[in-house]
Amino acid sequence: MSPETLDQLEATMAARFPELPREKLADALIVRVQPERLVETMTRLRDDPELDFKMMIDLAGVHYPEREQPLEVVYQLLSVYKNHRLRVKVAIGEGVAVPSVIPVWSCADWYEREAYDLLGILFSGHPDLRRILNDYDFDGHPLRKDFPVTGRYEVRYDETLGRIVREPVALERANREPYRHTL
Amino acid sequence: METQSTEFLNYTVNFGPQHPAAHGVLRLLLELDGEVVERADPHIGFLHRGTEKLLEHKTYLQGVPYFDRLDYMSMMSEEHSWVLAVEKLMGIQVPERGQYIRVIFAELTRILNHLLFLGAHGLDVGAMTMFIYCFRERERIMDMYEAVCGARMHAAYFRPGGVSRDLPDGLAEKIQAFTEDFPSKIDEYETLLTNNRIWKQRLVDIGVVTAAEALDMGYVGPMLRGSGIAWDLRKAEPYDAYDRVAFDIPVGKNGDSYDRYLVRVEEIRQSNRIIQQCLKQMPTGPVKTENFKSSVPYRKEMQQGMESLILHFKQFSGGFEAPVGEVYAATESPKGEFGVYIISHGGNKPYRVKIRAAGFNHLQSLKTILKGHMLADVTTIVGTIDIVFGEIDR
Repeated sequence: MSPETLDQLEATMAARFPELPREKLADALIVRVQPERLVETMTRLRDDPELDFKMMIDLAGVHYPEREQPLEVVYQLLSVYKNHRLRVKVAIGEGVAVPSVIPVWSCADWYEREAYDLLGILFSGHPDLRRILNDYDFDGHPLRKDFPVTGRYEVRYDETLGRIVREPVALERANREPYRHTL
Repeated sequence: METQSTEFLNYTVNFGPQHPAAHGVLRLLLELDGEVVERADPHIGFLHRGTEKLLEHKTYLQGVPYFDRLDYMSMMSEEHSWVLAVEKLMGIQVPERGQYIRVIFAELTRILNHLLFLGAHGLDVGAMTMFIYCFRERERIMDMYEAVCGARMHAAYFRPGGVSRDLPDGLAEKIQAFTEDFPSKIDEYETLLTNNRIWKQRLVDIGVVTAAEALDMGYVGPMLRGSGIAWDLRKAEPYDAYDRVAFDIPVGKNGDSYDRYLVRVEEIRQSNRIIQQCLKQMPTGPVKTENFKSSVPYRKEMQQGMESLILHFKQFSGGFEAPVGEVYAATESPKGEFGVYIISHGGNKPYRVKIRAAGFNHLQSLKTILKGHMLADVTTIVGTIDIVFGEIDR
């Protein structure tokens, strides 16, 4: 996004949403919204002719275990007519639901299912919140920081039992992380 | 007289995950009323490999090969998004020759992907010859891949800061010869399909998506352009050398499968045009940034110089340290906007990576666009959205 577009977008956001905390990066504008105000804010962002965010391009969940509100949902919005983008962030506590934005953009459906599946973020008002990428009976939420990268269980076919068995992961050697040089 | 009524119950069909027209591992639960689809429920995740989790435990350079394996039909385009995101995070400038080489290969990849689309879509609808014709040209592009990086598919050629090495001798001439020859091949495909009566009967007015619906469902790339919105990231947010080449954006009119086919065929022609311009404009010089704190030193220097050897060792054992911050970078991959969102908390690994795959939205819209179509049109619609499960399942 060009610096002029970014400045203009920030000015518009300051005029329309003075109450939302803004953060300006080199190439992006971030606003933070309270979960109670989310659907209302998103609808205004979509319908305002100056902002015109007709598309929700992405929805990402992030886990920050050390924070007071450990889960965050990041929405990437795009206007194809104005050619600008906005990042909207919602921080929530454990077990608190974020209102679903499916009424605003119907493509949010699978994104919310994905955030639920991978991070355990709940979305209130979602018509069909079930796992999407992981197995139907998967246990846990793999993108959480406390979930090991090797997973918790391994599955194999047992010849003697004649069926598939699930066992805790047993590694010969621990998983190796990239070495960090101390300067 | 008593009338007798018979009630027919809806019938559920399990389409895939092992089905030749499912383009991989799509499981589609179709509720049919006779032959008409009443409800469709796509199930995905059969190819889920946890790429986002794995990237959190890899250095930025080690992340590159994972991107080849996302959309395994447009390998270098996916790498392109990742390296652009890392460059944006690190503030790396790419030398001009590197930018042009990347554009050439991104466009060759677009041809590669659209040829597969044409071939597979043709095969789904019953035009077997298309598949064989398209694979003939794909093979020539695969040879170029092999010449430049040693691998036919999983290239790992784009690197943060440029590309891994310069074009080998004779490759530029080979690509030039291909671009001169290729338009006649596109004409050949078009003689088989564009005015073919069966092709038109199977595609026209199938899977119609209006512009407003396309925006709401988050369509990108040829799917969005097929519905009449001239949105292309190569024009809207030019990256690398796209602001220095001339090309047109084809746009559809009716938003049906036939328009999307026409848009993609025209995109191949435009890609060919871009490659020709790049070959003409490409300057000589380095192909990657020569700040070796953030890119791999040249092999020759590494074998002779002490400092290069140290930097080389550090690159491959620990990678480079990124600043704290977050970036979102997207490219116009053959299937549409392919975005990478990186959150960095410093250190040599990203804190969180979110991959925005183009096909994800296209596939989820099957729920709505399949409704009311005949069972035989399901393969047309699955074909027209050009899905590859590597990027959808990640």
